[in-house]
Amino acid sequence: MAAKKITPKRPSGSGTKRTERDTATLGKIEKLARGALAQATRGDNPGVDIRTRTLANVSFNQKRKIIELGDRTQTREFFNVAMARKFMQTMLVASGCKTLIGEGKTVSIRQMFYMTKHTLPGSSENTFEDQSESDPIIEDLEVGIDALREELHLFANRRGLVVGKLVVNDAGDEIDLSRMGRGGWGIPSICEPDALSFVKNSAEFILLVEKQAVWHRLNEDRFWEKHNCILLTSEGQAARGARRLLQRMATELKLPIYALVDNDPWGLYIYSVLKQGSINLAYESMRMAVPQVRFLGMSAFDYKKFSMPKAAEIKLTKEDVTRAEQMKAYPWFKDAKWQREIQATIDNGFKMEVDALLTKRISFITEEYIPKKLRDRDYLQ
Amino acid sequence: MPKSKKETPPPAAEDSAPEGAPPKRRATAESMASRQREISVSEFFTKNRHLLGFDNPAKALLTTIKEAVDNSLDACEEAGILPDILVEIHETTAPARTATKPAKPLEGAAPAAPAGASRFRVVVEDNGPGIVKAQIPKIFAKLLYGSKFHRLKQSRGQQGIGISAAGLYGQLTTGKPVVITSKTAKGRPAFRIHLRIDTKRNQPDVFSEETIDWAKDHGTRVEIELVAAYRGGRTGVREYLEQTVVANPHMSLAYVSPKGERLEFPRVTSELPREAQEIKPHPHGVELGMLHTMLSDAAGESVKDVLVASFSRVSPAVAAEICKVAHVSAKTPADRIQGEDLERLHKALGEVKVMAPPATAVVPIGEALLIEGLKRRFSRAEFYASTTRPPSVYRGNPFVVEVGLAFGGDLPVDEPADIMRFANRVPLQYQPKACAISESVYQTNWRGYDLQQPKGGLPVAPLAVAVHLASVWVPFTSEAKEAVAHYDELLREMKLAVQECGRKLAAHIRARAHLQREEKRRSLFERYIPEVASAISAILDVPKDKIEKPFFAALPNFVRFADEPAAPPDGGGAPPAVASPSPSDAPRRSPPPPVKGKGKGRATPRGEQLELL
Repeated sequence: MAAKKITPKRPSGSGTKRTERDTATLGKIEKLARGALAQATRGDNPGVDIRTRTLANVSFNQKRKIIELGDRTQTREFFNVAMARKFMQTMLVASGCKTLIGEGKTVSIRQMFYMTKHTLPGSSENTFEDQSESDPIIEDLEVGIDALREELHLFANRRGLVVGKLVVNDAGDEIDLSRMGRGGWGIPSICEPDALSFVKNSAEFILLVEKQAVWHRLNEDRFWEKHNCILLTSEGQAARGARRLLQRMATELKLPIYALVDNDPWGLYIYSVLKQGSINLAYESMRMAVPQVRFLGMSAFDYKKFSMPKAAEIKLTKEDVTRAEQMKAYPWFKDAKWQREIQATIDNGFKMEVDALLTKRISFITEEYIPKKLRDRDYLQ
Repeated sequence: MPKSKKETPPPAAEDSAPEGAPPKRRATAESMASRQREISVSEFFTKNRHLLGFDNPAKALLTTIKEAVDNSLDACEEAGILPDILVEIHETTAPARTATKPAKPLEGAAPAAPAGASRFRVVVEDNGPGIVKAQIPKIFAKLLYGSKFHRLKQSRGQQGIGISAAGLYGQLTTGKPVVITSKTAKGRPAFRIHLRIDTKRNQPDVFSEETIDWAKDHGTRVEIELVAAYRGGRTGVREYLEQTVVANPHMSLAYVSPKGERLEFPRVTSELPREAQEIKPHPHGVELGMLHTMLSDAAGESVKDVLVASFSRVSPAVAAEICKVAHVSAKTPADRIQGEDLERLHKALGEVKVMAPPATAVVPIGEALLIEGLKRRFSRAEFYASTTRPPSVYRGNPFVVEVGLAFGGDLPVDEPADIMRFANRVPLQYQPKACAISESVYQTNWRGYDLQQPKGGLPVAPLAVAVHLASVWVPFTSEAKEAVAHYDELLREMKLAVQECGRKLAAHIRARAHLQREEKRRSLFERYIPEVASAISAILDVPKDKIEKPFFAALPNFVRFADEPAAPPDGGGAPPAVASPSPSDAPRRSPPPPVKGKGKGRATPRGEQLELL
């Protein structure tokens, strides 16, 4: 896989050079620590204010068409049985990030888990039992001190592939995305301008597919060459890298973006997150949401339009229906066209995977489905 | 005791006479009369010893000791002496029958020792007032002789049958006389008397008497040899003594078991129980026959005067009211009240409102001393509580119920609670199922006090409960004095007392659970503080201890009553976990401790809490 992430624009992690951003982040971390210490010294309960990342505290900004985090905060107090452990973990991660910034190094969130994991003296309790405990703490810290993940010198495992008519510069290396062979270019977890820039673009649109297998199908068929586009897969729910890259392409390259996901509530939610952000990362929506992404498919109505065979159907489960009903209630799906789309899936009583297009022909998707949808401007937005 | 002419002819046997023929007469009134004679109480006992608690060898040993100890305690208390009691049990190898002068051939003598039984010599010695020499034979060798039967006064013994029955039992099983040693004062001689009971005449038979030197100033020593069995467990002698020690904190006891072990229980208070007042019967409890006797014994007096004179709480006005309700003239000579008049008068006695009998007749152990008593036996429990109810009345008899309990510590966790029943400070060890006291414990919903309790069973918890019924007349279910009868009034008071005590326990259990939670919280924070401190220290470049210090200093602000302001255990400012009885003379349940201004510090010194856990 390509491009192992190296400290941006720096030949090696010597750590002596500190950017302004680093200094600012360090200031935020120190403020957090000093605040807690001051509270303890006063005999108060040391706490960290964290904006709550729950459905109740996000709102849909109708004007900007993105999900925004509300102002409701929860104070994570140390002297509170339910929160003490998380408070301790937050401080550990903060301290770990300070070390990273100080040494000018960047680690994955999994590596941060190991950096901060140890056994508490005199017990069998670990500071973190597994990564599922430390990941949310990192997100908490981001919200708590208002710092971005990359500012904390952390990155997630990269996920997502891209090929197409675009040349980028990543950490000093120029990469022609039209010469990536079968594997494609792995999207780095951090796609900020200081590390990644667009050198030359000749694409006319961007096509994002949910599944790697579908991306592979299209790549093998050289879809992007024929249609002069950039072909991207998020490999499931889009990671921050893919979302940030998509947003930058949308704004900097000013290209239309089409998304192709499975025709089920989960596929639709992947689209939804790309478009207006997620509840959990609502504080990042500004940098990541791409409201102009178009929903190309698969639509519940494609079944008839393309005369899909019965074999393409998968019965909806109870869970699917429940999830679909939830989605119908989201403010950003209140539009009649979305209500119609979701209701149609429920009424159909079945879901369809993009892969199901292969019931027709191996390259039906490349040769007929996508071109027809694009031609007919058969998408939702 | 007139034995009924019960030699009724047996039902005609089928083959004895042809059908229809009158049955043949077998005995005449005269021939029957020749067989009718008085039965001595001793003879009656010989045949019915189970009635008095001598049904088997193990029980016989217990009953013997119990009767002797009860008498000693009663005597000491009546004389105002703090009792020092010694109990010894020696196993004696059954001597060859010829060793002692064989007593007269014994009728009804026990068959050779039953399996498991052997011979014991029981010694019970006290420092009581001693007994006048002339009375010794009657007290110890005449059944139904005593000072306690004819009065209404709270005491352990009631009928004057026990100790002489024990002596008789010994005599019947071993042929050995009872040996009594007694001395009434310093400088007076001590007598040692060997006694037998003439079972036919219910008369003592002094076998030998001598004057001896006895180091004691005063006291009585009873020695009885009997065929018996020594058992442990709930019905054993040791259990009896340990329970007695609980109910009699003022008693000092030394016990030498048949194996030669010596147990000592020094007294824990030198406060003698208040002397119980003797009272007259209360009109609400009197029976028709007794009323009749009272009236006929008072020839020449008016009904009204007799009522005022014989009953407790009957003033002339009340007596007049009774007569009015009974439609009997107050001036009627007492011995003329008979028949329907008598019945109406009896009914009126029960109906007219009369003040409750004086509570001074009943002497409870008291809340504080009951706890001291419990500590003698359960010295390592974690919590003690007690409740003494205000005096109440059943059938005209005043009574007081009190309950004490010991909880936790080294008491067994997985066993049903240990129930100790006391009537006038005497432990009841047999027939728990038939006893109103057990009933009151079973009927209490202990789950409400955060204990486990199988349906219809005893709570399963490290718990010992002592229930004491003090009354001038304890209604036993039988003469063996094994179980208290189920009178509604008694049962209700017992349940109230158990519940009241249970609530105190519940408050403790909840406070303890709260403390445990607090302790858990504390240790959680203590575990995390060093982590937080080293993180902050790394961030701020400040030495770790400079950060730990303020965190540890802030800790006490949050560990104590952060969750809920749990009410302190009943009894207020008492030191934690120690019993918190309300003052022993408190008339009612102790009022809830003042909550206001209870600056129960958030920052309680650490050691104080850890002490409990």
